[in-house]
Amino acid sequence: MTEIALTPSQTVGPYLKIGLVGGPISPHLVSPDDPRAIRIRGRLIDGAGDPVPDGMVEIWQANEAGRYAHPSDTRDEVPLEVGFVGFGRSDTVDDGWFEFVTVKPGRVPMPDGRPQAPHIVVGVFARGLLKHLVTRLYFPDEDEANDADPVLSGLEESERATLVAQAEDGGLRFDIRLQGDGQTTFFAV
Amino acid sequence: MTLGQSPVTRISDADRLGVDPPYDYPDYVGTRLRAPKEPLVVLQHTLSELTGPVFGDRALGELDHDLTRQHAGDPLGERIIVSGRVLGSDGRPLRGQLVEIWQANAAGRYHHSVDTHDAPLDPNFTGGGRCLTDDDGRYRLISIMPGHYPWPNHANAWRPAHIHFSLFGRALPERLVTQMYFPGDPLFPFDPIFNSIRDERARQRLVSRFDIDLTEPDWALGFQFDIVLGGRESTPFEEPHDD
Repeated sequence: MTEIALTPSQTVGPYLKIGLVGGPISPHLVSPDDPRAIRIRGRLIDGAGDPVPDGMVEIWQANEAGRYAHPSDTRDEVPLEVGFVGFGRSDTVDDGWFEFVTVKPGRVPMPDGRPQAPHIVVGVFARGLLKHLVTRLYFPDEDEANDADPVLSGLEESERATLVAQAEDGGLRFDIRLQGDGQTTFFAV
Repeated sequence: MTLGQSPVTRISDADRLGVDPPYDYPDYVGTRLRAPKEPLVVLQHTLSELTGPVFGDRALGELDHDLTRQHAGDPLGERIIVSGRVLGSDGRPLRGQLVEIWQANAAGRYHHSVDTHDAPLDPNFTGGGRCLTDDDGRYRLISIMPGHYPWPNHANAWRPAHIHFSLFGRALPERLVTQMYFPGDPLFPFDPIFNSIRDERARQRLVSRFDIDLTEPDWALGFQFDIVLGGRESTPFEEPHDD
């Protein structure tokens, strides 16, 4: 099969809101009135410890049962949820804050069948990032599943700590540090 | 295939394969406090990476694809048609792909509070648009030629004219945000963002091609810009087949 040449990445720049915010993609994956709704908020922070107020965060996740709304997730025994796409986008505003409203995803298997701990895939975009970054958010009330998770257990403890959100005010807090002490662990996908 | 413990591989900027720019590229000053210094952890693909959002059935606004008709009057500037195909790295057209764009106006000013360049705003131009690709993977957008503009990266720094593009592909590794440029721009040699792509041929793939056949008589110039999406490694995709 002939592979054709890929199109390279460029930075999203400081003006991304013109094209990427206010369109069909919302930071609310479910209604804030949904009884299952959880709020996830955090700050995007640069290497000087300063907030990044001109960035964007995207999340991708399975539904509450652990099924992705995508044709490659063929596990028909796990129910899809009508209306739940599993994708959200939040720009970062003053002081670098982003915020989502979603549901906690169910567990999704590794290719060899071992269960992963519940997690959300997180994409990070900003001026100064020539290509976006990818990380994962794990849940603080899942110690047992997190300890057994094949991805987390391959990391150093300090790396792993950057991926587990913290409980805060009935929701979750997940700060993303681009550089420096406590840098968030980012993945090559 | 390793079962049991997953091996963790870390990959530095220098070793990262492919056509993308490095994160650490100090000529572009914005990278200095934002580029991660730790190597990336290579993630074995699971369902979380073999999937991604699907937008093909999403209803968009009737005029979302036409940036010249989003206000009461016509924007100033040269009207252009920008069209191309979105393909997978296997050459297959990707249909139902959400294409999102944004750009400066004809004077090189963004409709954004952060942009303080001393050039006029255009009340008839916001500069944001979107559309879905058709069954051939083709998109078509109407806009105006964006202007050049200065930026504070270094003394006398100006950006080549460009349109920002955002695409999703079939799964997360294909997610792409990039910039489309115009042929023959005299600012190419001076722009650290354009030149952050180290491979000359890869860089040239971001330059659109003027197309007389796409150009419409007495109305608008046409520019072709094809986009090829792929990830770190070739990935098998489950897709509905018609054949």
